[in-house]
Amino acid sequence: MPDPQIAIKTDGLTKEFGSFTAVNAITFEVHRGEIFGFLGANGAGKTTAMKMLNGLLKPTRGRATVAGFDVYRESEQIKKRIGYMSQKFSLYEDLTVRENIRFYGGIYGLSRKAIREKTAALVERLHMEEVKDTLVKSLPLGWKQKLSFSIALLHDPAIVFLDEPTGGVDPVTRRQFWNLIYDAAERGVTVFVTTHYMDEAEYCGRISIMVDGRIEALGTPGELKARFGAANMDEVFLKLARNK
Amino acid sequence: MKIFGIFIRKEFWHIFRDKRTLLILFGMPVVQVILFGFAITNEIKEAKIAILDKSHDHLTRQISNKLLSSGYFILYSQPESDNQLEKAFQEGKTKLAVVFEPEFAQRLNKDRHAGIQLIADATDPNTANMLIGYASAIIRNWQMDFLGNPKLPYTITPEVKMVYNPEMKSVFMFVPGVITIILMLVSAMMTSIAVTREKELGTMEVLLASPIKPFFIIVGKVIPYLVLSLFNASVILMLGTFLFGMPIEGNLLLLMAEVTLFIITSLALGIFISTRTSSQQTAMMISLMALMLPTIILSGFIFPVENMPLPLQVISNIIPAKWFIIIVKSIMLKGVGLGEILKETLILTGMAAFFIALSVKNFKIRLE
Repeated sequence: MPDPQIAIKTDGLTKEFGSFTAVNAITFEVHRGEIFGFLGANGAGKTTAMKMLNGLLKPTRGRATVAGFDVYRESEQIKKRIGYMSQKFSLYEDLTVRENIRFYGGIYGLSRKAIREKTAALVERLHMEEVKDTLVKSLPLGWKQKLSFSIALLHDPAIVFLDEPTGGVDPVTRRQFWNLIYDAAERGVTVFVTTHYMDEAEYCGRISIMVDGRIEALGTPGELKARFGAANMDEVFLKLARNK
Repeated sequence: MKIFGIFIRKEFWHIFRDKRTLLILFGMPVVQVILFGFAITNEIKEAKIAILDKSHDHLTRQISNKLLSSGYFILYSQPESDNQLEKAFQEGKTKLAVVFEPEFAQRLNKDRHAGIQLIADATDPNTANMLIGYASAIIRNWQMDFLGNPKLPYTITPEVKMVYNPEMKSVFMFVPGVITIILMLVSAMMTSIAVTREKELGTMEVLLASPIKPFFIIVGKVIPYLVLSLFNASVILMLGTFLFGMPIEGNLLLLMAEVTLFIITSLALGIFISTRTSSQQTAMMISLMALMLPTIILSGFIFPVENMPLPLQVISNIIPAKWFIIIVKSIMLKGVGLGEILKETLILTGMAAFFIALSVKNFKIRLE
């Protein structure tokens, strides 16, 4: 019987591409309502690990459950319960804000009425009333990002996967974006976020640091700093990379 | 079903908001038909000729008049010497020259033999051949009249009749060709670009991470292009019929069914291309190089398949367009029913099934 407080659980999860092992036997648990940071340098295997969890990649070995469902056999069930925001923001640039919301709401099977209500609430929360009929391509990057995140949450998923959501935006917008993430976590949504910005790690409840496909450290930011005798996450990361 | 509607509407938004796509979708067919119909033509009409008459007698005048009254030729210049004739050719406007030797009528009466020289500008070999052919035929005709009843023991008179396209209008050849190319372009190239665009934007990942089945993603993606392709085919057929007087002798429903079959084959090809590439540019290059070129060159649209070297003839068999062009011509010009084009239809169906199976197999539920 799966524990309802466990959102994600993996055991020896591995992905090999030919002779290259992208993700090497990772084992961890993510609790319900937690903000779980998945850190690592580019190419450390963060995105591959995430794609095995959200059904885009088939694992080579190991076990994993997401929202209590098995990633091998029950990916259809998983897909209904997760939201996903890819590195590229995944909005249609030639559609307006409203049309994007309507489309993504539609593919998750929301009713027309629900879409209308959610659109209104979302547009109000993001202060986008004036641009709701503007094409997404003319919005600033930070807005696109917030919109993309809100759309990933449109169907009230239990878990939301964010793949480097803050790439290429300024620190102020990044801070605003993290406020949205906190709001979601407070409503009970589990947030699984990958990043290579070490300062963002401080915002997470717990973090795991991946180096060359393995999880080298896992814990709260405070624990990790204490264990490595570091003043900030940057130092933790550098020490880990050097010890290797 | 509802999700389908949402998908299709979204796809139309994409299409109608992209000027380039719109231009290819709606500008191209019209421009191509009109270009091929009017500008590029194999017919000879009022070709400019020069007549160098070194004899100036009643017979050379008779022959000249006969040539000029045929409608195929107009007199452009009357050079006085070989030098002037050469100049006339170099100017480039003269396509054919007729040279009568001196004392033409006298020789014909005395020696029973006189010469006419036909000189054609063979920089364009097809036209030169045709001009020579027309001119020779007219001169032969005149000779028959001149001789009265030839005193030959036997005569064989070939009676030539051009069936299905008696006036040998080239537009009859181009309309099926243009339909084929446009359908290939819209169905295969545009869909492969549309799918790879979603891969590039990263939206494909999000779609695949959603509960929609990949099969529906693909079908939702191609239906708008199927509709637009059918629309395009109708526009081209109407232009062909009303503007160029091309007949549709056979059953219109059968024709549209075959068109749909070809569209499905092309769509499957487009999807197949998009499963193998991840950038729009590569998809476009592959579509152009691997689909458009063979379609234009090997399908029999411009160059007759029968005249190709054997290896190319063999290769042409795997080009769907070759079979489709045969089908369209047979239905439109010969008015045949399904029975006569069953073989071609089955081959095309087989190809469609093959490519659909291939792309379904290749379209990865889980992205690489």
